[in-house]
Order: sequence, then C-alpha cells, then structure tokens
Amino acid sequence: MSVVGERLQPTLFERSRPGRGDGKIPHPPKDALDRIPATARRATLPALPELNEPEVVRHYVNLSQLNYAIDTGFYPLGSCTMKFNPKLNEWAARLPGFANLHPLAPDEIAQGSLQLLWELEQALAEISGMTAVTLQPAAGAQGELTGILMIRAYHRSRADTERDEVLVPDSSHGTNPATATMAGYRTITIPSASDGGVDIDKFQAALGPRTAAVMITNPSTLGLFEKRIGELLDAVHEAGALAYMDGANLNAILGRFRPGEAGFDVMHFNVHKTFSTPHGGGGPGAGPVGVGERLLPFLPSPRVLSTDDGRFRLERPDERPTSIGRLRSFVGNTGVLVRAYAYIRAHGGSGLRQVSDDAVLAANYLKNRVGEAYEIPYDRPCKHEFVASAAAIKKRTGVRTLDIAKRLIDYGFHPPTIYFPLTVEEGMLIEPTETESIETLDAFADALIAIAREAETDPELVTSAPHTSPVGRLDEASAARHPNLRWRPMAGAETPCPD
Amino acid sequence: MPYGPHTAGDRERMLSALGIASIDELFADIPTLLRAGRLDLPEPEPELELAARLQRMAGRNRTDLASFLGAGVYRHWTPAAVDQLLLRGEWYTAYTPYQPEISQGTLQSIYEYESLIAELVDLDVVSASHYDGAAATAEAGLMTCRATHRERVLVSKAVHPHYRATLAAYFGAGLELDDVPLVQEGDAAGTTDLGALERLLADGGPPVAGVIAGQPNFLGLIEPMAEIGRLAHAAGALFVSVVEPVSLAVLAPPGAYGADIAAGEGQPLGIAPQYGGPYLGLLASTDALVRQIPGRLVGMTTDVNGKRAYVMTLRAREQDIRRDKAASNICTNQALLALAASIYLATIGPHGLRDVAAQGAARAARLETALAAVGAPRVHSGPYLNEFAVRVPDARGVHRRLIEHGVLAGLALADVLPDEPSLADALLVCATEVTTDDDIALFASGLAAELTGPLTGPLAGAVR
Repeated sequence: MSVVGERLQPTLFERSRPGRGDGKIPHPPKDALDRIPATARRATLPALPELNEPEVVRHYVNLSQLNYAIDTGFYPLGSCTMKFNPKLNEWAARLPGFANLHPLAPDEIAQGSLQLLWELEQALAEISGMTAVTLQPAAGAQGELTGILMIRAYHRSRADTERDEVLVPDSSHGTNPATATMAGYRTITIPSASDGGVDIDKFQAALGPRTAAVMITNPSTLGLFEKRIGELLDAVHEAGALAYMDGANLNAILGRFRPGEAGFDVMHFNVHKTFSTPHGGGGPGAGPVGVGERLLPFLPSPRVLSTDDGRFRLERPDERPTSIGRLRSFVGNTGVLVRAYAYIRAHGGSGLRQVSDDAVLAANYLKNRVGEAYEIPYDRPCKHEFVASAAAIKKRTGVRTLDIAKRLIDYGFHPPTIYFPLTVEEGMLIEPTETESIETLDAFADALIAIAREAETDPELVTSAPHTSPVGRLDEASAARHPNLRWRPMAGAETPCPD
Repeated sequence: MPYGPHTAGDRERMLSALGIASIDELFADIPTLLRAGRLDLPEPEPELELAARLQRMAGRNRTDLASFLGAGVYRHWTPAAVDQLLLRGEWYTAYTPYQPEISQGTLQSIYEYESLIAELVDLDVVSASHYDGAAATAEAGLMTCRATHRERVLVSKAVHPHYRATLAAYFGAGLELDDVPLVQEGDAAGTTDLGALERLLADGGPPVAGVIAGQPNFLGLIEPMAEIGRLAHAAGALFVSVVEPVSLAVLAPPGAYGADIAAGEGQPLGIAPQYGGPYLGLLASTDALVRQIPGRLVGMTTDVNGKRAYVMTLRAREQDIRRDKAASNICTNQALLALAASIYLATIGPHGLRDVAAQGAARAARLETALAAVGAPRVHSGPYLNEFAVRVPDARGVHRRLIEHGVLAGLALADVLPDEPSLADALLVCATEVTTDDDIALFASGLAAELTGPLTGPLAGAVR
C-alpha cells in the first residue's frame, strides 16, 4: 500500500472550461478602466484556468494527498529538523489582530505585534548568548547574507579593506559558500579532519590578514560537536577575523551551549527548524540573526525598540546610519515569528533544554540501532543527528544509498537526507527530532535493517524501488535536457494526462 | 514538555540501550568552560494560558480602522477556500520536495504556479518563489549583472523605497546602483524621467547591466514601460519590470512591452498582510535567461514507466550543488505562499481577477472625487490604477489625528521619501474591491474636519 495517495491529477489548465467560476466579486462598472490609456492596457485576458470551487477543492485535496508530511509520518531528514508543528501556532498566526495588520501601520496601532517581536528578540538573545537579534531575514540563507554583510561593514568601519576571504569547512551547507560569493568574498574550503570535525590546524594555517570571516556549523553537519571550538574562535579573533555560526543545528544544544557566550560574533536561527514553524513544502521560514557587541551598530534597519513608557516602536529609517540597511521589505516574516514565539513560550527555558536532551537521546538511540546493519563512520556520541553509510553494502551488492532511500518509501517512511555532507561516501544523514516516539524510532530502524538484508538477498527489489508510490523514479535527465517549465497545451499533450 | 512523547520509562530504556546513566554524558564533548547555565526564560506556559496571552497580544493591534493604506501590501477579498486548503497538513508540514515519488502534490502545485504566473506576466520562466517583492527585485538586479557581465544597475526612484533599499544592501558588495529621478512637473510628474534615464545610460560611467522600473509605480502612476525598455535595450542593458500581480489582469504584461525580467510582490494574490510577511517574491524571465534565474524550478517529465510526473530541475544553478558558483544562496523559499497564490488564482479565475482590478480602479475613482471635494486634490495628473497621492497640509499630523476618527489614511509619503520635496505634504492612498462607500465617507468627513472644521452638507453628494 502506498504511503501517500495515488490519485494523480490533470493540471488546472486541463480541467478548465470557459464559463466556469464566478460570483466571488461583484462586477465593476463598465467604465472603471476608461482612464487607463490603451497603450498601457492588456489586450486580452490572461489565459488562466476557469474552474468552479468544488473542482478547485478536489484538485488541491487530491494533490495534497500525494505528499508525505510530518502530519502523516516520520520525516528523518538530517539537517532539516522535521519536528511536529503545533496546531496552536497555526491558530495564533491567523488571529485577525495578527493576520490583518498592515506592515506600515503606525506603531501606536501595532503594539501587540511589536511587543511580540521585541520579546522574541530577547528570548533568542538569551538562548544564543548574543547581545541583540534582528528578526528581519526571511530565511536562514538570508540570515547568512545579513551576517556576512555586517561583517563586511565591520571591517570597513575599521578601514580594514584587504580582507576578501571567507573560510568554510568542506562539510558546510552549500548556502555558506554561496553567501560568501553574494557578499563579494572568495570562499576558501578547508577539508575536514579524520574524526569528521573541523581541522583546527588547517584552519589556523589558512587564517590571515585576508580572512574576513569563518563560517562554522556547530554541531557540524555530521551531528558532531566541535570540541576544539574555543581554540578555533581564539585563533579567528587573533587573526582579526570574525566568526559566523550557522545555527541550522541549534536543536541539539538548547540550554547546553550558547554560541555568543562561547565567542561567536554572529549567528542565524532557522525558526522553521529549531522552533517548529512549518516548512510549508519549501518555505516560508524566518532567519533571525543574533550578534555580539562588535556587530551591534550594523544590524539591519528597522530594529524594534522599547521605549521608556513600556511601549514599543520601530526604528526610523535614518536613525542609525551605521546600519547595513534592509534585506527585504518591512519588518520580517511576522506571521512565522508569531509561531516561533508561541513555541518558545510553550516550552520555557526548561522545556527548550528538554527538547535538545530528547533530540540528542533519540539520535543516539537510533544510531545504535541503525549501526546493527550500517557503518557509522564517526562512532562517538552524536548530537541531534548522525551519519550512516551504505558504502560496504554497495561494495558487496551494488545497492546504493539512493536505492535504500527509495526502498524506505515502500516501508512507509520518508527517506533521510542522502549524499550530504559530501564528505561521507554513500552517506545518510538521519535526524529523528524529539517529537518521535521510541516505537517509531524502532520501526524505522527495523525497516533500514530489513532493507540491508534485502540488498543481500534480493538486490533488484531494492534498486527498482519504490514499488508502491504513485509514480516511480523520475526521468530527471530529460527533464533537464528539454525543460518543460510551464503549461502549454501542446507541450502537455505530449505527456499523457493522468485521467 | 508539551509535544514530546517520551515517558520517564522511554528515556530509561534508551539510556540503558546506550549503556549510560544520564543524558548529560551525551553532552560531555562540550568543553566545561563553554557549557551554558540555566536559560533565563519564562516558565513553560500551558496551552490554555498561552492561547489567552496570544489573543490579548493580537487584541492590542488595531485592525478595525477604515484602511486606505497600500504602498506595496494590499487588502483583498480572499475566497474562504484558500485558507481551508492551506490548512491541510499534507501541504504545510511537508518539506522541500527532494523525494519526488512522494511529493508529487507539492511539485505539481509549483509547476502550476509557474504556469499561472507565466500567463500573468507573459514570460516563460518563473522561479518557484522568493522571499518577497524586495528580495525578488534585488535578485533580478543581480541577474542582469551576471547575464551581461556588467556591474551597474539603474533603478527608478518610483520603485518602492524598501525595494531600492534592499537593492542597495544586496549591491553593497561591489556593484553600483544609481537612481533614475522622477519627472517633477507636468502631466508626467511622478513617473520615471526618460530624459534623465537616457543621459545616465550614456554618461560615460560603467556600462549598465539593467534598468529597473515599476508598473504601476510606487506612487500608483502608470509608467511608459515600453519606452523605458527601449532605452535600456538600446544601451545593451536588460529591462526589469516590477509588477503588482492583480493589476496584470488589466495592464499590459511585462512580456508584451519587452521586459526581460519581471519581479514583484505576490501578496495581493490571497495572502494576508500579517505585519510584514510571509509574502511571495515573484520572479520571472525570458527563456534566454533560464540558466541565470535563481531559485527552484519544477519541470514536467515522466517516470520510469512513462507516467507524467514533476521534478525539480536545472538544479546546477543551486547552492546545494554549486556552492560558491551558485546563482544565489537561496534555499528555503516561500512555497506555501506560492500555493496560496495558485489556489487564489484558480478559485477567482481570469474574469474574477479582472473584476478585482477594475473594481479597485472604480473604488479609487470614488475616493479621488471624495477627497478632492474636501480639499485634498491629487498631487499628480497622470493616469493611475487604484492608488494615488493627495496633497494634504501637515500630512503627517493629519494622518496621525485621523486614527482617532477610525481612519488609516494611507501613508505619509515624507516618511518613506524624505528627499522628494514635492511629496512633503502628501498622503499615498489606495482603494481595492473591499473598500466600501462607508469607508470613503468616513475618510472624507474626518479629513474635512481636520482641514476645514466640521463637515457640512454638500459632502454627501460628493461621495455618493
């Protein structure tokens, strides 16, 4: 039986019938557009589909059922922290006072949202040990850009203009080097040490007068805590560079390690990971950024400020000339931040520490179980996630990690992150999170172990998986060679309509 | 812990399987000196009390005013179906569709989104979403530099000030950004100054990669887009059009006037204002620029059995594959908001969208008449769609005092364009299909009271 629905749908465009759908909006007067010059007018209506509401609803309900989701099952994607998304938070973000407030509403009528944002900034500063937080960035990658642009402004403010390099470990998220490029820096990639950690000695050798920043994920993308982080941070500062912490893995260290306290100068939070805001099939997220004293003057504008009379206001555009400016419109993804705020209040300080404790305990327990059939390349206590490898299985049977991942679908599970980090051969990055029961962890481990056995006894069964999903493996090569990126009646007709 | 499943017994079992006595042992690799103390945060709050707290906070925002505030974010009627469908957990609790076999719902919805927006903008390639209109515009600016191997972009001063500020931040690392001024007088006042644009394109400075202008522009006015595009192309630059999607039901689309790239804010397509987001960055381009466009792309293909299916494609542009050579660092995008926009468009249809745009234009005409009648005439004389600037003495003070009358009187332009003296005493106001006659009457009477003392008889005629 398929773990998702099986009713493939024709496109909205194939469902369209001229004349369907009306009655949502009163008809405007005929002369409404007469003042618009003909040259600026659209000649013909856009060819959008014409549908009635019941059809639209069935289309999207049936499509939704083709998706795997946290609400339907275990989603152990390493580096993604696919934890349960509390329903209270969806309710809260939709409260009319939050949902209907215009982002340019004057401060005096926005006190509820401003207070929430201010309190959230304080909470994130406390969690991270940073001095101050901006909530403006729309996602982790935009948070990275914000952080690196602040680092750039810091060096410039000191007339230190020779620094043009950013050091990243080879196990980093791809966003780190891509961000460095966007901020006008050259990326220097440092190979990992044999224990999977950052190679402190190689980092020290690469640090110098051209180093603007180092970007470190801690715990690393292998789920390992960098034991020598203190030494590294000292060396970075010794060289006159600043240290960026990629906060993607914060779910492992809440209440256990505060990056700002340890000496990081700047970090971003992925609230859609650590603080449970829904991933939405790819977004939205929010990527608040915390800074230490050095970067405080450069925070994006506007900041949320508290005033002496216990009220709140947004900083005026020209109030702080040292600011790097803005990375997006308005104050931030407030609707997402309402959810993060609710999550943090629901847990409190003790609950957040319990989150990390349980996430780490679950990951170690699962690592032990998965280790019954797979190699664990770095076999020491992990944090919230761990890497397993199918390299030996591949050597013996030809079955690859990709095949094992696809076969997991037949067992009813979403596959883990595969082939990341790039430093592990046939790697699977597995992150169970704290919201999965021990029964689920055992069932997932049992499935992986059973698949390892199948690889030996019936490899073809694994390499041709999945067998139960609504579509099989995809022809990605011809999708890229002859891209069909939008509906055209002719292009679609070449590919049979599902019904 | 409110959402954790583990009983004390479960934790005990896991610890004993690991052969350890305490969870602390799993954190032994954190150096002693760097271990955190107790977090100084409030106690955990039970759902019942937390719900009441959130309700109180939401209640401290005022959303009961008759609002004429647009300036990039617009109130519209959203069919109830949109949010009902978005609340399905299969949509909002799924991750990026990296496993296409069990993500066909999200993948097809993105392909359909790309197709719907392609129809609206009349361009062929639509990126699966960016953070918002400002970030999408900044990405469009960067695209023009990559595609032309030039390093300078011109942006009209009539593009949203937040978008220009975002462009400036994104360009801060070595690219050049210059403003094209506004026409100050005459029928074209408030639109992009074509003469100045022509001079900038040939000023002997670094060659220009792209020219960015908005339609309608930030002041609500209709720009001569075809002319701007012609000047840009004559100088070997690409042309970026910043669009408002509802207007595209009635205004010429970017593809029709030669734009190479369209960027814009998708919020008007069924997305609530939410005090700043999450919104939807629209980004589209011609086929020629497909390898330069940042963000995810979904294509239609087949599975191993020849069945139609959808998959993320042309991924060699993306950060997880190309790292420092990627077209952008974007990873998480705004997929759920792209879905909202698609459901909105599917529900409301092409005729409905035209009605929304035309209804807004009709309501705005009534607003113009009513405000002019009480002494607040338009600042500019060129055509507008549903947003325009009016001249009001002491605009900031009047704006503040009208809140007491129950009116959010748009935006005092001096707050966002302090360097435009011609807009020092001006309010930017908009109307949409949800603006009622009562709202307009309340605004007009409040404004009359502020400008001339209490309301008298003839006004009623002006607003009917």
